Amino acid sequence: MNSAVPVIELSNVTREFQVGSQVVKALDGISLTIQHGEMVAIIGPSGSGKSTLMNTLGCLDTPSSGSFFLNGQNVSDLSDNQLAETRSRQLGFVFQSYNLLTRETALSNVELPLKYSGGHTGKNRRTAARTALERVGLSHRFNHKPVQLSGGEQQRVGIARALVKNPDLILADEPTGNLDSKSSAEVIEMLRSLNEVDGKTIVVVTHDPEVAEATKRIIAFRDGRIVEDRAVDSVKTEAAEDEQVASE
Amino acid sequence: MNAALLFSTALNSVGANKLRAGLTLLGIVIGVSSVIAMMAIGRGAQVSVTSRISELGADLITVQPGAQALRFAFFGGGGDSDVLSFEDALALKDDVFAPDVRIVAPENSFSGSAVVSGENTFVNGVGVTAEYLEARNLTIATGRNISNANVLNTSLVAVLGSETSTTLFGNRNPVGATLKLSGREFLVIGVIESQQGTISNPDNSILVPITTSHYRLKSGTGLVNSIPVSSISILATSEKAVDTARLDISTVLRLRHELEADDDDDFLITTQQDTIETLEGTQGTFVILLGSIAGISLLVGGIGVMNIMLVSVTERTREIGIRRAVGAKRRDILFQFVTEAVLMTFVGGILGVLTGWAIAYFGNGATVDGDIIETVIETHIAAIALGVSIAVGLFFGIYPAVRAASLNPIEALRHE
Repeated sequence: MNSAVPVIELSNVTREFQVGSQVVKALDGISLTIQHGEMVAIIGPSGSGKSTLMNTLGCLDTPSSGSFFLNGQNVSDLSDNQLAETRSRQLGFVFQSYNLLTRETALSNVELPLKYSGGHTGKNRRTAARTALERVGLSHRFNHKPVQLSGGEQQRVGIARALVKNPDLILADEPTGNLDSKSSAEVIEMLRSLNEVDGKTIVVVTHDPEVAEATKRIIAFRDGRIVEDRAVDSVKTEAAEDEQVASE
Repeated sequence: MNAALLFSTALNSVGANKLRAGLTLLGIVIGVSSVIAMMAIGRGAQVSVTSRISELGADLITVQPGAQALRFAFFGGGGDSDVLSFEDALALKDDVFAPDVRIVAPENSFSGSAVVSGENTFVNGVGVTAEYLEARNLTIATGRNISNANVLNTSLVAVLGSETSTTLFGNRNPVGATLKLSGREFLVIGVIESQQGTISNPDNSILVPITTSHYRLKSGTGLVNSIPVSSISILATSEKAVDTARLDISTVLRLRHELEADDDDDFLITTQQDTIETLEGTQGTFVILLGSIAGISLLVGGIGVMNIMLVSVTERTREIGIRRAVGAKRRDILFQFVTEAVLMTFVGGILGVLTGWAIAYFGNGATVDGDIIETVIETHIAAIALGVSIAVGLFFGIYPAVRAASLNPIEALRHE
């Protein structure tokens, strides 16, 4: 991947919804650039537009106007099928409520994205899924079903599923929202490790200030606009410093 | 998603709720098995009737007294038996007026008790001429046929059907033995070869000369030529000549009965083809009726599948959202749900074919109210039923699948 091209480049993106007779602007002229290797927290009150932003970044939704480049490709006007392909190839999702298939084992949940991308044999898929589960420290939980796993473990299966296709960008929507503080800390640590060790670009939507402070950059939303975009001082890693230098 | 993955995913989903899948399947199983069983019974009845009639020979024509208009009231009953006489039968042998007629066999009927060694047995008998056996496609097993001389002499001789022979004489050879009919002693001169299962059922009959039947058993009077006959069996010179023979017969009989041009026939001519067509028509309607009833249950089964699939789509909205989020296209979701529906109806179809087949197989030869049910299992009916069950899955699965595929992934993910 060409690292000169930003992972995410939004320019003047709006997203309007018709609510009854009113038009609500969930995103109101957002311009935002996220580079490779960044770890960004998006914060803001409910209804501030951060979920809509997440859906847009996740190629589940398309902007009403403005442009969205994902790894240099304009996704604003892709068809439904092309969006599905983009999700499959370039994105990994981590959800607040894990969103695992309850009937399936951890291994087969992690395999799921590979089933929709084609070109994998069953053996390939299982190997990749094992590798991803090992990466999140669940090598002892391959054949457990979600109900047999703790919340923290389920979320790590969710992270493994997001990783299995080795995407550049991982989108996490309130990943610690359903977890106790110990599990939360583990999940945050896992995401940081993916960012720092594996170089993944990570965008986290969160309410939790602790989670936000654990990232490198915080973008605050209110009423569909960005009201604050700052680097996190307390985590002055080398990468963050490089980032600062690069943006100056 | 490729076909194998689609199939294993569908199998997994269907298998996750076995009771529900089983009950849904049951609807299809009942539908398909009833189609198979009903068609087998219907076709069995059709084939057996047709084959029984065909055994009599395609060139057989029967003439019975009675007007056309009374056809149904007297169907098989013979009508006013005074209208056809022995002389009418003789006239049909005319080479000039009826050149396409080869054999003419008039008959009348009688009934009464036959007494052998003091034991009474009720019998239905037929008064015949020497031509009767040939006309009816029958042969003598032992002894000899009734001769022309027997007819001329009003001889007290009898030819027995194989079953009558067994009833009256057990396993003994009855030829040369005597029996009493209406107090007169008859000499048994022959036994007819068994014709198991034919429609005219000659096995149960007893044949005597037509003159003997008229004068001795029914105490009739008059000249030989005026003996009333209940039916005349006629063979045409060939199968192709049946239609012209029919015209010949009609012409001769109308002339002899002095009918005016606008008078209706006072006799009824039936060819084997007529009988087969009438019966096949009735049987065909019967088969269609049975098939339709069975088809309706298949339809109901299909609606059951649709119902369950709709419930399943609603229940699994979130799953659909997850699959979409990790890269499933609409098409993938559509195929997944259609595959699930077809999987259910296909398995139901296979079980239904096996069940229907078993019903037809074990039901073959069963008796209901004294009638033997014959079944004919036709492979193409099974194939069609299986095909239809797949089609039912496609048809009733497509709407729920389209609903699943058109769900908005964002809303689907939010669904509780």
